[in-house]
Amino acid sequence: MDLSPLLISIKVAFTATFFTFFLGLYAAWKVARGKRFKGVIDGLFTLPMVLPPTVVGFFLLLLFGRRGLLGGILESLAMSVVFTWQGAVIASAVVAFPLMYRTARGAFEQMDQTLLYAARTLGMPEREVFWRVVLPSCWPGVAAGAVLAFARALGEFGATAMLAGNIPGKTQTMSLAIYSAVQNGDDEKAYLWVAVIMAISFLTLGLMNYWTGYQERAKRRAGNADG
Amino acid sequence: MLTVEIKKRFGSFRLDTRFEAGNETLAILGASGSGKSVTLQCVAGVVTPDEGRIALDGRVLYDSEKKINLPPQRRHVGYLFQNYALFPHMTVEENVASGIRGVPKAERDARVREKIRSFYLNGMEGKYPRQLSGGQQQRVALARILASEPLLLMLDEPFSALDSYLRWQLEQELSATLCAFPGTALFVSHNRDEVYRLCGSVLTMDRGRSESVTPVRALFEHPGTLSAALLSGCKNYSRIQKTGPHGALALDWGAALVTAEDPADAAYAGIRAHYVSLENNGAPNAVPCRILHIVEDVFQTIVTLKPLAAAGDADFSRLRAELPKEKTAGLREGDGVTAYIRPGDLMLLK
Repeated sequence: MDLSPLLISIKVAFTATFFTFFLGLYAAWKVARGKRFKGVIDGLFTLPMVLPPTVVGFFLLLLFGRRGLLGGILESLAMSVVFTWQGAVIASAVVAFPLMYRTARGAFEQMDQTLLYAARTLGMPEREVFWRVVLPSCWPGVAAGAVLAFARALGEFGATAMLAGNIPGKTQTMSLAIYSAVQNGDDEKAYLWVAVIMAISFLTLGLMNYWTGYQERAKRRAGNADG
Repeated sequence: MLTVEIKKRFGSFRLDTRFEAGNETLAILGASGSGKSVTLQCVAGVVTPDEGRIALDGRVLYDSEKKINLPPQRRHVGYLFQNYALFPHMTVEENVASGIRGVPKAERDARVREKIRSFYLNGMEGKYPRQLSGGQQQRVALARILASEPLLLMLDEPFSALDSYLRWQLEQELSATLCAFPGTALFVSHNRDEVYRLCGSVLTMDRGRSESVTPVRALFEHPGTLSAALLSGCKNYSRIQKTGPHGALALDWGAALVTAEDPADAAYAGIRAHYVSLENNGAPNAVPCRILHIVEDVFQTIVTLKPLAAAGDADFSRLRAELPKEKTAGLREGDGVTAYIRPGDLMLLK
């Protein structure tokens, strides 16, 4: 039994979520605070969500291909991401990015502005304002964004197939493995990977619900203690 | 010493305010939407005005001409928000400590302990803001602000989020805090009673514009303008036309008035509701009226009168009298009565 699709999927999804988390957070903060060109930048950041993943993959291929802007630079360093697991990370990260970005931006925009004002008038440096005040008070929204991004990255298919290909043992994730199995008429294998993906998805969902429920319960307990 | 002279536009709203405040508590009194909070936000530096100048104790915080705009972090201004803005994920102790920086940990801890003690927060160090009552939250917010050692204190409607039975006690505590504070304090409110009790002088604001700073007592005795009179709680006013050095015609009450002072260029006359008498007290101003409504309040009776000679049916062609309950026993709605107004109680307004 070849477990490589599971391992590749997890490796790719976690790495992609890691990058998307920080990039999405940064982009969301900049756009939420920004004034100029807000609509254009927001549209650009949301684009990977509305475009078909194959189109995103096509653009990534243009960008990272040998004659592409970034591909050329990478090639001069004797590197390439096309048909590698790093390519799968890039494809998943780009497709998952809007989920992280939009959820975090929503949380930042709904945040109580007076907390920000209070932190600043108390003399907190901007960096500290973000990490000690903004992020903790927006944490439920930010965490939800990260979970959604992870789920999206884990299931990524179209863009990954375009940029990283479907190489067993190298870039073949579970989603791609299901596709190949169905193509080859190997229903048993397809069922297996479908079951694994569903199990992971339900586990993620369950953990998220447990976590928010835990926070709610903690809040309620704290509220009761007061009287 | 705080000097403020700023202008800012938000869509159709224009803020245009200028005032000076010494080492005292200056009240900023105005209706909702008159620009009080925006003024504080500009002073704190969390909102940037379009033009003007702000200086605190000789230090320029903002100057549009010299392109100076200190970030809020460097202004050293303590700002008490209406909702207190405590950091919800930090304990009381962490909240109080969050404004202290640039000192060794031992001193920082000592300062936090000192503030916790002086604001009666002992035993609550480890609690989170949501576990505290409104009054306790306000104390934490004040402790946090004073621990950061601000040069200016700004309080934005500090009692608006509290139940009325808590207000009195907190007002006493705040009064003590304000007395002990060495610098300038700004106290924003729309409650004239709070302002009267807590502040020495007052700046009134009306639709984004500020009037001159006056001593609090003077505002209540000689408001000067119609908007200041309304903010000070005056409920009756009428347009007037000068008829002589001590006489004016009240257009909305349809009565000739004898005034104690020369009406000069005053455009309105005002009379506080509890100075309107329905007994003949010998006052020369007698306005024949009909009783429209009688409303029993807790400790007094509110009688709404319609002057018989009044023009039109607008609200200001009515007179409101607030009378002790025992003086209104025989009155009924629809009765004809005479309202007596002493010349010295009339306020002449621009």
